[in-house]
Amino acid sequence: MPQPQPQPQGDKAPASDLPRSDAPHSPATAASRAARPSSAADRADAAANASAASAADRAVGIRFEGLSKRFGEQPVLRDISLDIEPGEIFVLMGPSGSGKSVLLKHVVGLEAPSAGRVLVAGRDAADPATRRAVHMALVFQAGALFNSLSVYDNLALYLREHRLGTEAQIREKVMRALQILSLESAARKSPAELSGGMRKRVAIARALVMEPQLLLYDEPTSELDPVMSATISEIIATLKTHYRVTSVVVSHDRDLALGIADRVGILMGGELITTTTPAELRRSTDPRITDFLNPRIDLSAPRFKKLEPNQPS
Amino acid sequence: MNPFTAILDGLGSTLVLLFNALREIRTLPRQFGRFAEQCYLIGYTTLPIVAVLSFFIGGVLALQSGYSMSNFGTKEFIGSLVGLSMTRELGPVMVAILLAGRVGSAISAELASMKVYQEVDALVTMNIPPERILVLPRLAAVLVMMPIITLIGIIVGWFGGALVCEYVGFISLAPEKYFETLRRYTDFRDMWSGLLKAEIFGFVIVLVSCSIGLRTRGGPREIGASVTKAVVTSLILILVLDYFVTKALI
Repeated sequence: MPQPQPQPQGDKAPASDLPRSDAPHSPATAASRAARPSSAADRADAAANASAASAADRAVGIRFEGLSKRFGEQPVLRDISLDIEPGEIFVLMGPSGSGKSVLLKHVVGLEAPSAGRVLVAGRDAADPATRRAVHMALVFQAGALFNSLSVYDNLALYLREHRLGTEAQIREKVMRALQILSLESAARKSPAELSGGMRKRVAIARALVMEPQLLLYDEPTSELDPVMSATISEIIATLKTHYRVTSVVVSHDRDLALGIADRVGILMGGELITTTTPAELRRSTDPRITDFLNPRIDLSAPRFKKLEPNQPS
Repeated sequence: MNPFTAILDGLGSTLVLLFNALREIRTLPRQFGRFAEQCYLIGYTTLPIVAVLSFFIGGVLALQSGYSMSNFGTKEFIGSLVGLSMTRELGPVMVAILLAGRVGSAISAELASMKVYQEVDALVTMNIPPERILVLPRLAAVLVMMPIITLIGIIVGWFGGALVCEYVGFISLAPEKYFETLRRYTDFRDMWSGLLKAEIFGFVIVLVSCSIGLRTRGGPREIGASVTKAVVTSLILILVLDYFVTKALI
């Protein structure tokens, strides 16, 4: 395996190293490029723009038609109907256990509906042929990196297994993805050596080498500090802009949802209670939504007391 | 799920897994690295314990039969008894039991862990069939390595018996006599029968361990439960299959 050249790099990728959506038009960035024509950011930007050209108009839409899911007697999703437009960032929020991740798994065919169906680019998501026809990638909550492989090999696996180029071409693609996520220095590391933030970025980089038309994120900012959460949010928005990829993000992160989403859906108790824009969501007066987005800590009447089934009066 | 349904479910899932793995057989040449790695794990790392165990099994067989046969003046037949027992029965069964404990447990633990930590789901979303890279190389490796380690185990067992016959006072049978009767009563068909048994056992152990590992759901506790289940199921299947395969080969 060709070994990448290590470069000193910190865990927290500065947002300025990422290919930003406004970069090609920004005079400041252009001036900075003139000063350092071969910087990592420039190369990543160029790589992203090149890929964007090939990926343009490939974004796909998703349609949920009356999707319901039960695990045994337990209903998890109830009659979800929703259209996600090609190229948009759709953030799905909701309390823990509301069925967000299960809904995401239906899109990639890891779960089959109990009723209704999910269509990706007009094809049934439960049909394995859909995964062959549509490039989809899921960024798992814990990364789901292959622990027996190095970071480089994690990224190269998809390309090697699908024989998408020679080893030199694969190396170029992998290094480009690592570069975009500022992870060149981690290429030779094993997943066990990575911090939480780096694992998330490696998972995104692994998704990126698949040149997806549809990129799904399961809690991409969970367990991260606020700065790293913001970095991941910037990465998601940047990838959407450069690759014109449809992005579905399952998250609790209010800042992420209100900051980068084109639309936000709120799932509670397995039901989609609203689908709206971030601006409208901020103005919402629905007590369920306001309480979810701006929970007030009330020590005089704590919520966990209300959850107890046999609370003594 | 009641036990009967659970058995049927397990059987069905295992057959589907086998079918899916066989469908990927054309990719095997590209999996040479994984195949070689599994050959190393299944064959090379298991060989020392197989050799030690077989040596002592052969020795104990010689000791027990020598103790009984010396009373009847038939101790020159110890060679035939050890030879046939090791070749037709004890060699393949003991190697299979070791394989279940050492390799079956490792396979089920690794695959269960990959399943629980969503690495298998990640493969599926990458449109890479888990059977292709996780199951097929292991099945191919066990088919290649099992006859080799069994053959070595059988031969080491013979020599274990020979050493005991030579050096234990109340037996004192010369190696020439021991190997003369061993050669006279143990032929190629016996060896073929033993190696075929070992091949079947090895294939079943790896397939069952892969199947149980890949069907794991839950967390670390379930990973442990899967390992136990894989080893116990393999041991039961070895003994049940042993009867039917022996009956078919006699």
